[in-house]
Amino acid sequence: MRSGIIAKKVGMTRLFMEDGKQIPVTVLQLENLQVVAQRTDEKDGYTAVQLGAGAAKAKRTSQAMRGHFAAAKVEPKRKVAEFRVSADALIEVGAEISAEHYLEGQKVDVSGTSIGKGFQGAMKRWNFGGLRATHGVSISHRSHGSTGQCQDPGKVFKGKKMAGHMGAARVTTQNLEVVKTDADRGLVFIKGAVPGSKGGWVTVKDAVKKKAPEGLPFPAAIKSAAAEGGEA
Amino acid sequence: MNLIAELEAEQIAALGHDIPDFKAGDTIRVGFKVTEGSRTRVQNYEGVCIARNNGHGIAGSFTVRKISFGEGVERVFPLHSTNIDAITVVRRGRVRRAKLYYLRTRRGKSARIAEDTTYKAKKA
Repeated sequence: MRSGIIAKKVGMTRLFMEDGKQIPVTVLQLENLQVVAQRTDEKDGYTAVQLGAGAAKAKRTSQAMRGHFAAAKVEPKRKVAEFRVSADALIEVGAEISAEHYLEGQKVDVSGTSIGKGFQGAMKRWNFGGLRATHGVSISHRSHGSTGQCQDPGKVFKGKKMAGHMGAARVTTQNLEVVKTDADRGLVFIKGAVPGSKGGWVTVKDAVKKKAPEGLPFPAAIKSAAAEGGEA
Repeated sequence: MNLIAELEAEQIAALGHDIPDFKAGDTIRVGFKVTEGSRTRVQNYEGVCIARNNGHGIAGSFTVRKISFGEGVERVFPLHSTNIDAITVVRRGRVRRAKLYYLRTRRGKSARIAEDTTYKAKKA
């Protein structure tokens, strides 16, 4: 199991292909994506890598986190996330991951915090149909209608779909296609929409429901190693 | 310039399409690539441009209206589509609005557009 990446959602655009097709893409950017810590079986009981992305001001970083980043010898990061990996896929601390971590045509799962919608009615939140426009319906055209039975059971069941807060929750979109990667600028182009607003942080992982393609960089595409390889 | 605008400008430059200066009211001819089986040919579509949407950017498009066998036909083309072989301006029209949707309710004489004889090409 490979590590994922933390990326910033830049926005959406379209790509024109040679065969005349247009592909809607979301542009994700990798900003100083480095390994901050490792979790190992001996010490923590599980294996994972902790990645950090973005740049935070040192004076705005708490003393505890400053010490944590100093131990890894990396600049303070804006966003930190852990990715479970298999023991052979651990990446050394301080290594910078490049956008070539993903191959074109590969499927990925993208998680992020969806755009908050505030307090919404049952029609928008759960796709209820509402009540009729006429035939005696008054004031309650967009209401949810009945919420259950009568004296037996005498309560509204837990989990009943009703009006309430919508959005601003962690959402994962599965099996999105990687259309293109740009290692120089650290960009990953993903087909279709990705949860969250522009400028928001998302995590990208290899799709769990699709077989990984052959030739994937393992354990990860490291930036410095790629640069050294180019010079040699 | 933000990153998205930069990427779009790069893509437009990479596509390298020569798009003439035209606006709503102009009669234009669009050479559209059609694939039949394994071979492709260019099909011309000529009519009045009745609208341009989303400017010159990568999302730009334009609508061309023509009367085909007595029936009004409208087609929307993406401005930067790789399926477009060439766009040529046949005639410059003089109109007073940006969207000529009023032409849909008109036929014959009243659907004519006066020619703009004072057109000056924009300086590059």
